[in-house]
Amino acid sequence: MNTLIAIVGLGVLCLIFEILNLRKALVPMTIIGLLAILGLTISEFNTPGSYYNNMIVVNKFSMAFSSLFIVLTVFLVALSHNFYENHQSKISDFIAIKIFLLSGAVAMVSFGNLAMFFLGIEVLSISLYVLAASNRLNLKSNEAGMKYFLMGSFASGIILFGICLVYGAMGTFDITEISGLSQSAELPVWFPIGIILLLIGMLFKIAAVPFHFWAPDVYEGSPSLTTATMSTLAKVVAMATLFKLLTAMNADLSYHFQIVIVIISMASMTVGNIMALKQANVKRMLAFSGISHAGFMLMTLLSTATSAGSLLYYATAYSLAGIAAFSVILYVCKNRENEDVVNFHGLGKTNPILAAVLTGALLSMAGIPIFSGFFAKLILFSQTIQAGYLVLVIVAVINSIISVGYYFKLILAMYTKEPNETRTGTPIIIYAVAVIAIILNLILGLFPSLVMDLLA
Amino acid sequence: MDVSYLLLILLVGALTTYFAGDKLASRVALLFSLASLGLSCYLLNLFNLGQNINFIAPWISQPNVSFALQADGLSIAMVLLTTALTPLIVFSSFGNEFKNAKSIYSLILFMSFAMVGTFLAADALLYYIFWELSLIPIYFIALLWGNGDAEERKKAVVKFFIYTLAGSLFMLVAFVFLYQRAGSFMIDDLYKMRITTQEQFWIFLAFFLAYAIKIPIIPFHTWQAKVYQKAPTVGTMLLSGIMLKMGLYSVIRWQIPLARFATVEYKNVFIGLSIAGVIYGSIVALRQKDLKKLLAYSSLAHVGLIAAGTYTLTLDGLRGSVLQMIAHGFVVVGLFFVAEIIYRRYETRTISEMGGIRAQSPKFTSMFLILVLASVALPTTFNFVGEFTVLYSLFQTNIWFAILGGTTIILGAYYMLKMFQYVMLGETNTKIFKDVTFNEGLTLVIIIAVLFFFGMYPKPITDLITPSLENILIQINRTN
Repeated sequence: MNTLIAIVGLGVLCLIFEILNLRKALVPMTIIGLLAILGLTISEFNTPGSYYNNMIVVNKFSMAFSSLFIVLTVFLVALSHNFYENHQSKISDFIAIKIFLLSGAVAMVSFGNLAMFFLGIEVLSISLYVLAASNRLNLKSNEAGMKYFLMGSFASGIILFGICLVYGAMGTFDITEISGLSQSAELPVWFPIGIILLLIGMLFKIAAVPFHFWAPDVYEGSPSLTTATMSTLAKVVAMATLFKLLTAMNADLSYHFQIVIVIISMASMTVGNIMALKQANVKRMLAFSGISHAGFMLMTLLSTATSAGSLLYYATAYSLAGIAAFSVILYVCKNRENEDVVNFHGLGKTNPILAAVLTGALLSMAGIPIFSGFFAKLILFSQTIQAGYLVLVIVAVINSIISVGYYFKLILAMYTKEPNETRTGTPIIIYAVAVIAIILNLILGLFPSLVMDLLA
Repeated sequence: MDVSYLLLILLVGALTTYFAGDKLASRVALLFSLASLGLSCYLLNLFNLGQNINFIAPWISQPNVSFALQADGLSIAMVLLTTALTPLIVFSSFGNEFKNAKSIYSLILFMSFAMVGTFLAADALLYYIFWELSLIPIYFIALLWGNGDAEERKKAVVKFFIYTLAGSLFMLVAFVFLYQRAGSFMIDDLYKMRITTQEQFWIFLAFFLAYAIKIPIIPFHTWQAKVYQKAPTVGTMLLSGIMLKMGLYSVIRWQIPLARFATVEYKNVFIGLSIAGVIYGSIVALRQKDLKKLLAYSSLAHVGLIAAGTYTLTLDGLRGSVLQMIAHGFVVVGLFFVAEIIYRRYETRTISEMGGIRAQSPKFTSMFLILVLASVALPTTFNFVGEFTVLYSLFQTNIWFAILGGTTIILGAYYMLKMFQYVMLGETNTKIFKDVTFNEGLTLVIIIAVLFFFGMYPKPITDLITPSLENILIQINRTN
């Protein structure tokens, strides 16, 4: 609870900084504030509680994910300084929106009431719509924002409809009460329908097949930093929320429901990976790779009783690799018209450090040891086999092999092609973010228990 | 003192080499690889004295993974092979000028680190991690320092990478499946487990995919020749000298004991496949025009025989295979080095462009001839001991296996001597062949000395590996 209040307070402070003309201090101050909030969250890790008539329920799950979101936001805010150089006057707006986005994210994992859940998702989504269209003189950015807004509000509508049906069936918004009622033998037919609508809405947010069509266009059109936000922060937020929603409302997912999850998971992996193979634009490629990762993360829903820790680990591994990859993309594609692979030619010669970081990030996403992406997949496979879905694991393995194809395309481009022009300037912040993210990823790979045991 | 220090030395060596800079890199790498050789000899001594040199520490609580390194005779023999060949490989490259030398030497040491880890790991997941880690350095070595057309090389190397990764991912699934049953990744716990023949069959296949690609066994060999040809010689040496032994070692250590019912039931099929590789490799080698490709196919034939030996599941077969692994490791490094020596002078690998070297460099000619003869298993060389033992075990299993497998010696003698004839003999070449330098000569002499010494006196190695192979056989022949 304190976390949420502090985050909103920080967001307001960002706006006040603008009024006080303290733009230069904005990014460092925000980072310090976020780190302080991170400390606060960690210090409260072992003190669960509920507030405002169970509107907000804070437990280990919400604390752990909130901490991850805060860490990701720190990285994203740090990258802002360089990214918004050209329009300094608005930097406070961008930062404030990111902080408010974080507050929505935290609300989404610590809700105790469906009303709060919907508030969270709207705060998050609206911030993202704004960020997607924030490059307002660019046609593509406008298109991305509009597309995302139309599709997203449609999904929000479906979620709201689902909430209404659940309310109609159960007579309450409180998820502990709903969970209790759902154990009874006679369930009104509205309840499963409501759950399915909620599921559809959330699958849209995490861009799982067949609700993924918006992702490539929006990822490509949005300013790169917004894409980074969407593909790391927003994706893991939506996944964690979906996990929490399904575990909190009905702990025993029926067999048919699990089969649906299995099919969606397989479809997301396969479609995402196969489409990614042919992409020339790196942001588009990462959008499709994100779709396939969504498919992997959906596997955690098959063994909800034990897989909270592995979802947290997968989300952390994936988003840290994403942050590292995107910080390199931000550097390479700054002042370029597009983000094609051509821009990465010869990066291994001109910027060995950043090339190494991007290589590491891609290896982690591909699931090569010793990066944490490997353990994330391993633990996921282990749990899924335990849940009895060996076929899904085999499909996932085949997909991991396919994914190597496009991740290595980028690595090859960096090391085997000749650089087409020299890049000047070494923005220290981008280097720092990229290196810290990949080192965190490596540390988690060397000591997976650090994260895995948090939610045991 | 335990085996973890060996890994530490190699890892520190890789880092130090990188930071030593391009000029010093080769010497620093040689120093560290010699240090690791010294340490592994010392560890061998401790092991023979009966001291505990294993290293076991808990690593991950959920899933239950420990950082477990166990050394028995078999592992130590393979570790010694790795640590003995690494300095040789590093030393052999002293005549080459590499761009960005610090990176390639650092990658060589890192690869040596991963391979030593693979041979020592007693925890299935740790083993898998080392197994995969060894793939990344060789990928970059072959990709960045290789020769020939860049696009073609890229294709070959990427194919190799995806092939091997695909195979090993199925091995990972098998391990995860076994973990679900046993609740542990430790090899001793996995050995104790009971699973049905049906399940063992699938596990066997998953392992087979990983190992057959690495070794390679027909029909998974298609990546090999291109990569051997395109990789720089140090990469080819690492691949053929040590890395493919990882696959053979893993067959003995992991595949056969963990899927023993399935192995016993289907062993003839896999001996058959391996022997098909022997014949195929020999016949294709006959037609090769590129020296490195010829050696690649000859290597395919030899490892096919080794694989056949392991699948006989007899003590002789296993022992012969391990001996031949070590012998082949040395001889193949020597042969690829010879190809490199010729390339340094003639800048070609096409056999028809060579010839007439004998008169210009008799010393080199005799060393090359010894290596060729060792490769075709002439008595008194180490390879003879290995190949003969393997053939003997095949003979015990089925006489036809021995007859077909024996063609490797006949065909091998034919294509190797023909190659020697075209490369070295004939009219004196118009191009000047500078005599071998001291460094080159030293490398070859060391290899030849090793081959002769163990050819006449293989007892130290036999004594070292036999107890651990007997343990594995007891595990295989367990009735329940």
